Amino acid sequence: MRPRLINRRKLMATGSAAAAVALGSGLIVPARAAGVQPTPTMPGGANNYRPGAQIVERIGNGGFSMTGTVRRAGDGAPLEGRRIQMWAHTTEGHERDPESHGATLTDRNGRFVMDMPQIVPAFGQPHGHLAYDAEYDDGGFETVFLRPVMTSPGQTSLDVEFVLVPA
Amino acid sequence: MFRKLSIWAAVCAALLVPVVAAGFSPLLQWRQPIYILAGFAGIVGFALMLLQPLLAGGYLPGVPALKGRRVHRWVGAGIVALVVLHVGGLWLTSPPDVVDALLLRSPTPFSVWGVLVMWLIFATAALAVMRKRLGVRPMTWRRAHTALAVLIVAGTGLHAVLIQGTMETVSKYALFALALGATVKVILDLRIWAARRRSTR
Repeated sequence: MRPRLINRRKLMATGSAAAAVALGSGLIVPARAAGVQPTPTMPGGANNYRPGAQIVERIGNGGFSMTGTVRRAGDGAPLEGRRIQMWAHTTEGHERDPESHGATLTDRNGRFVMDMPQIVPAFGQPHGHLAYDAEYDDGGFETVFLRPVMTSPGQTSLDVEFVLVPA
Repeated sequence: MFRKLSIWAAVCAALLVPVVAAGFSPLLQWRQPIYILAGFAGIVGFALMLLQPLLAGGYLPGVPALKGRRVHRWVGAGIVALVVLHVGGLWLTSPPDVVDALLLRSPTPFSVWGVLVMWLIFATAALAVMRKRLGVRPMTWRRAHTALAVLIVAGTGLHAVLIQGTMETVSKYALFALALGATVKVILDLRIWAARRRSTR
């Protein structure tokens, strides 16, 4: 390229474009630094919670698959060994019944899987409840309660995401 | 005679079909008696909202308007009792969900309509009980009562259609349409908001 190709107009245009890119990326970078946003507790999430349910292989006779991931806010690193409790109104019991509650731990990839009875609509929506309760963990993260709603009562699984904030 | 019978048959069907259809809901097998009772109190109360305008307008054979108003009062009292049973039964079934609803912080979109309608029904009943003592003109009272009734029927219908519950979908929407239609018809027939030359009585 010959130097005379760069006149003042081009220099201005290129310069302002570069500035715009720099400014643009400057605006994006802090957002990227914030990374994976934490999951807020949902309204009604803690309803009929029974603290400290047992860690179980499955709740009741199973048939419905409650799965999810637990990650750390910011870098999104999977969290292993975190205790997640779930309960719902199912074909085998009400939300308040102790046998409707169970807990499990996340694996190396931050995944958890619970086989539980089929969730059925109750109080107007087919929904489940999940808790990460700092009181029953090592207290490393803040407590979160979730209340996912199924898109159809016929659904036989739910997958949820916890992104926890270090306490 | 045939006309009378067919009107009554149609009204009974309109009132009973939604209730009976809900009785066939598969959800009932997974619910405790108190929860089932609470649900049906709501459904029967909803169905009675179709009966109320029919009584007020004197549309039912053998129940002219004057007699109809007397029955209308009793049915109104029944609706109040059913609301208490509905909310009370749900409270016993799941206290935190009902507390959330009453405090208007429930995640379910139908709850706010249910709570609004509950207070409107209580207000309507209180006004009806105090009607004589309030000493308002009959037309003023009637307009106020009708305005509350319209809000109650509309709010109850919205509450019901937003719920995934025991009510069967078609009969639920049909009941809503009929209750709203009957309410509008009685408002037009009794010319409740029509301009009057002089106040009656």
